[in-house]
Amino acid sequence: MNRFAELLDRLVLTPSRNGKLTLLRDYFHSVEDPDRGLALAAITGDLNIAAVKPAMLRALVVERMDPVLFGYSYDYVGDLAETVSLVWPQPQRHIPNQVPTLAEVVGKLQAASRSDGPKVLARLLDDASISARFAIIKLVTGGLRIGVSARLAKQALADLGKVDVAEIEELWHGLAPPYTELFAWLEGRAEKPRSAALALFRPVMLSNAVDDNDLEKLEPADYVAEWKWDGIRVQAVCEGGVRRLYSRTGDDVSGAFPDLAAAMTFEAALDGELLVGDPREATGTFSDLQQRLNRKSVSPKIQQRYPAFMRCYDALQIDGEDLRALPFAERRNRLEAFVGTLDPSRFDLSPFVAFSDWETLERLRQAPPHPIIEGVMLKRWDSPYLAGRPKGPWFKWKRDPHTIDAVLMYAQRGHGKRSSFYSDYTFGVWSGPEGSEELVPVGKAYFGFTDEELREIDKYVRDNTIERFGPVRSVRADRRNGLVLEVAFEGLNRSTRHKSGVAMRFPRISRLRWDKPAAEADRIETLQALLDG
Amino acid sequence: MFKAMRASDLLKSRPEGLYCPPGDFFIDPVRPVERALITHGHSDHARSGHSSVLATQETLDIMGLRYGEDFAGKTQAAVPGETLDINSVAVTFHPAGHVLGSAQICVEYKGMRIVASGDYKRQKDATCLPFEPIRCDVFITEATFGLPVFRHPPDHEEIARVLKSAAQFPERSHLIGAYALGKAQRVMRLLRDAGYDKPIYIHGALAKLSEYYQSQGIDLGRLEPGTVESGTKADFAGAIVVGPPSAFADRWARRFPDPISCFASGWMRIRQRAKQGGVELPLIISDHADWDELIITIKETGAAEIWVTHGREEALVRWCELEGIAARPLHLVGYEDEGD
Repeated sequence: MNRFAELLDRLVLTPSRNGKLTLLRDYFHSVEDPDRGLALAAITGDLNIAAVKPAMLRALVVERMDPVLFGYSYDYVGDLAETVSLVWPQPQRHIPNQVPTLAEVVGKLQAASRSDGPKVLARLLDDASISARFAIIKLVTGGLRIGVSARLAKQALADLGKVDVAEIEELWHGLAPPYTELFAWLEGRAEKPRSAALALFRPVMLSNAVDDNDLEKLEPADYVAEWKWDGIRVQAVCEGGVRRLYSRTGDDVSGAFPDLAAAMTFEAALDGELLVGDPREATGTFSDLQQRLNRKSVSPKIQQRYPAFMRCYDALQIDGEDLRALPFAERRNRLEAFVGTLDPSRFDLSPFVAFSDWETLERLRQAPPHPIIEGVMLKRWDSPYLAGRPKGPWFKWKRDPHTIDAVLMYAQRGHGKRSSFYSDYTFGVWSGPEGSEELVPVGKAYFGFTDEELREIDKYVRDNTIERFGPVRSVRADRRNGLVLEVAFEGLNRSTRHKSGVAMRFPRISRLRWDKPAAEADRIETLQALLDG
Repeated sequence: MFKAMRASDLLKSRPEGLYCPPGDFFIDPVRPVERALITHGHSDHARSGHSSVLATQETLDIMGLRYGEDFAGKTQAAVPGETLDINSVAVTFHPAGHVLGSAQICVEYKGMRIVASGDYKRQKDATCLPFEPIRCDVFITEATFGLPVFRHPPDHEEIARVLKSAAQFPERSHLIGAYALGKAQRVMRLLRDAGYDKPIYIHGALAKLSEYYQSQGIDLGRLEPGTVESGTKADFAGAIVVGPPSAFADRWARRFPDPISCFASGWMRIRQRAKQGGVELPLIISDHADWDELIITIKETGAAEIWVTHGREEALVRWCELEGIAARPLHLVGYEDEGD
């Protein structure tokens, strides 16, 4: 239990992806079964433990200590789980002679009935160290919030076993905690687990971005072009009555899209893009799609207003036949025939974009017919369906990003290599009537610049600081003073969380405009026009 | 027992600091005074410019290193455990376990005994003498970590986490932020006690004090300046570097490869504190008493009355009330609330 607790403590404060991978890999390497598998399940969200409500936790602790002292403590710390882990009084009567394992803790929590749950939890907290108490409380209150995705945990497993992460994703849904057979395979002690489970995820084929001089080497006739839809890449798999809708990393997202899942009445594995709207009439915008994202439950009203459908790209399996080794042209023929048999309000085909040379395609790419198109895809007619991101068969050729000139407002110190640099920048654009313009923050970016430019901005920040809040500095920015940053971004969403009402997608610094006076930076109306357009 | 003396007549709070009217001296005054008794060398307790200073020899030495030899008109060394008479007030210094030379000051006059503890801790520390509980009528305690959430783990467990991380990330350097007097030397000594025998790189601000600790027989092993002259970036791979916390946000830190920032402080108990400060590896190592140490100490002094200073007075006063011990906050100005 203590090793799991220590892992959580480290992960939550480690910002870098590589640092997290090292910590996870070392943990999986050094901890034995079944503890490591349960830890893995806790991180990927596959561990089922009956939840304890915060009010119950609070009640447990004030039975054991002065409520006034608890109040002072909670006010100071601000986080209930952390406060309880710190103030929980260790009973005088006993010092546990051994630290319980994660498996023992999970076993006791899972075996607890609804009525004796609180008592079981209290006894576990009595026996645990402070860090372990925090980990236990996190397990029972749901959601570890340690900044580690299921995908990252799988990558750490792949590093441990020196296998491709796609292999783990393909296996994943046929496995269950504590994943003993998975670890045995990764450590070379057993064969790769074979799963009899149905409707498993198949690792997705990804594309490479078109580089400046890629196209001149490519023959247009070898390739087919499709629009690149900016929805959610999904895989719909139905097998022997089991239906699953997967994200491109193999997470099961069926629960978020029950309307689409209900229409999956076939025997096949299809690759496509999840979008909203009715494909026979109109495809929704990205803002429409957002109404369906990151929701725990979807009301019938939302489902009706923003119905989910799948725009099909490829067929990996139809009626039990694996098609992945066939050339794209052949798979596409099968797909066209197959999609024709499906509910047309839920499934349609991704149309081809006709072109004869790259110049024609370039013109089409720059002026796509729908706002949710972010460029074109190029696929070789003869390409088999390969897991991962092979170089050559598939390319994405994105529309040029939007850019805006914004003024640097706040800078925050980075981490690791950048811990002595102000490397995370909040920038704003002008708003308000002429003569009393104010900067309103519109986004934050922490890459896109060279190391040399980072040093220059860092110096600028240090020389122009007007206020400090912990690791954040407020930088001089008014009509006469300020550093203008050219910010590139992929799109805009409406946002109720930001004062400006907009949220940028994938913002990065594309150029430093030392030459440009702050007063000439863009206004908020420029962004609003983009939102409405 | 009949007391001819009221506690508040023996020691009282004045703008300059804690004052003893019958003895005519101040304890840890924050402004220059005629006669000052000083508990330890941290700059908020030990200031320069007093006409006369009474403190342990180590504290006097540390003040000399920080302020120059002429930091006071005249000085007198107090020997721990030996009682001095100052205008008929009996004054005794006792070890406080906070940093090298730190002392509690016990004043006794007409049957009334008050112990001003200065800053103190109860965890074992190889760089200074351990705290001695003194029976008294009134105990003046600090309350830097006076909330039940502050529970310092054993320091060797914290040091083990640095060494484990150094083994996990051999290509990176570990920068440990630690207060220049006391904490830094304690951290270095703990590293040595844990078997770390490579050179420890230190920031220039630590050099004089660390040298002084070594001269007092506290072995810190080989210390090297963390300067560019002593190596290129690659040479600092795997290195452990100790410096004042402020240095790590500074350009000074850029000479180290992909550093993991560690901070040795009792505040690191609170995750959000670590997160806000950009600390990746918090080390909960403190030279102040944690909650459990505070309440054990209060009990051990047997004091009927507790005065609580600098820190979170309210929780400790509340705890005393629940235990039936008279307690009140003693509002002293000028001490760093967050001095750890």
